[in-house]
Amino acid sequence: MTKDKELELIRILEHHGRIETDVLAKMLDENEEDVKTGMKKLEDEKVILSYGAIIDWNKVTTEDHIAAMIDVKVTPQREVGFDEVAARIQRFPEVTALYLMSGTYDLSVMVEGQTMEGVARFVSNKLSTLDAVLSTTTHFRLKKYKHDGVIFDQEEKDRRMVVSP
Amino acid sequence: MKQQTMQTTPKKKRLSRAASSIEPSGIRRFFDLAATMKDCISLGVGEPDFVTPWNVREASMASLEQGYTSYTSNAGMIELRTAIGEYMLDRFGVDYDPEEEMIVTVGASEAIDLAIRATIDPGDEVLVATPAFVSYEPLVTMSGAVPIPVPTDASTDFKLTKERLEAAITDRSRAVILSFPNNPTGAVMNDVELQAIAEVAEAYDLLVFSDEIYAELSYDTQHTAFSALERMRDRTVLISGFSKAFAMTGWRLGFVCAPTDITQAMLKIHQYSLMCAPTPAQHGALEALRNGREIVEKMTNSYRARRNYIVHALNEAGLSCRFPGGSFYAFPSVEATGMDDETFAEQLLIEEKVAVVPGTVFGKGGEGHVRCSYATSMDALQTATARIEAFVQRHAQ
Ligand SMILES: Cc1ncc(COP(=O)(O)O)c(C=O)c1O
Repeated sequence: MTKDKELELIRILEHHGRIETDVLAKMLDENEEDVKTGMKKLEDEKVILSYGAIIDWNKVTTEDHIAAMIDVKVTPQREVGFDEVAARIQRFPEVTALYLMSGTYDLSVMVEGQTMEGVARFVSNKLSTLDAVLSTTTHFRLKKYKHDGVIFDQEEKDRRMVVSP
Repeated sequence: MKQQTMQTTPKKKRLSRAASSIEPSGIRRFFDLAATMKDCISLGVGEPDFVTPWNVREASMASLEQGYTSYTSNAGMIELRTAIGEYMLDRFGVDYDPEEEMIVTVGASEAIDLAIRATIDPGDEVLVATPAFVSYEPLVTMSGAVPIPVPTDASTDFKLTKERLEAAITDRSRAVILSFPNNPTGAVMNDVELQAIAEVAEAYDLLVFSDEIYAELSYDTQHTAFSALERMRDRTVLISGFSKAFAMTGWRLGFVCAPTDITQAMLKIHQYSLMCAPTPAQHGALEALRNGREIVEKMTNSYRARRNYIVHALNEAGLSCRFPGGSFYAFPSVEATGMDDETFAEQLLIEEKVAVVPGTVFGKGGEGHVRCSYATSMDALQTATARIEAFVQRHAQ
């Protein structure tokens, strides 16, 4: 598969991870075996990390789904900078995303849980108690409007009319 | 109380010969039928399935907030014309003077009408490479001139050939209308192929109306602007617009680039009939040109994947279909079913609820083919092609 085709494949998969390989092959004008090999290669190279779905949880469970973004200030460590403390934080199952930031704080930690207490417990018992952590500021998410490029609660209606010519 | 009026039968004719002489568009009948059906998948729509990019919509709203609600200059905002000039030079290598050689029009549609009205006299003949966009022939007719179809066909990948064009030329031929990438065939012509047409244009002193509205939607090759060919600038009227590439059909905004004598003649008609193109749309278009390149590329990539898909799927379904190089239409042959294109389209709609447009609507060259627009979701394309396959299997000869 050429580099261009590979890029096209990646672009398509980013948006339609679930698409069948025979359809993909047609979209790429390639044969199906090559597409399968190409996907395997991208998976092996860890370019494709996982095939996920973006879910609007509010629509499927009555259980609360709490998410918070926590701004964390840390003391960077000699040699490893922020990586060591990040390596510890990213392993907590509550943490769904972790970014190193520039600006007034260092790490942005996304935490998801079922109750506000659960999230609070995580922050006070686990996150704040790490040696390198200087301070935390927790922001609870109130509503999800857009996530990973997908706008929630947007009915995609085809408004095109049938007009001549 | 209702006023009693004496009804008199008008004795003078009420309709102009021009209006009486043309037929309503042939696409409409199918759409009227499709509109009454539930779960119908339409591959009949000739416009992008994307909504206009947000930055463009936003720029237009901002212009309204700032109170830009009056007429612009007749030829269009000079900032917009300048941006069009830079865009055409950068993208297609053609250089036009925004002051003199350019008019912003109400869609490419108006530009086509103006080009014909400004240059063609009653009785002149205008050659139209068909299958073609449905407006060309009626517009020629309404100007009092005579459209002469020059059919292309599958044997030349729906490209116009020098021989075909030459064969249609008479003493009264004044101009030829070209549109590549083409609606409905998706055919594109490269510089060498266009050069052959240029030679005929020169030999017979023809004007060339080159409708390049699908230029951005060329999937495999770089688009060649007709006026970029040697010695063609002075006889070319280049027509384009924002509808297709920028997903701005409803904005009604196009433009035309041509030598000064022609644009100035067109401008006279434009100024009396339309005054100027809509102002909010012009502000939106300016944003589209300044910051729209990336989005156009994204949309084009998406069309390319869908083109690849539909062409493979149609061939697998038993309808032979070439790989169209541009626009967003596939134009398969329906020969395998033994039906003519009108019957095929009608039966497919009734039996499988998939709307396609019969090729003859676009001129004689379209016979035996149907136009399938792939500017629709992958889901819809998959369902539509599965239904087409079932239909073809049932009717295969
Ligand atoms: C070849 C061609 N030219 C012109 C137009 C009309 O474009 P506009 O919306 O700019 O009037 C179309 C629309 O389908 C077309 O296919």
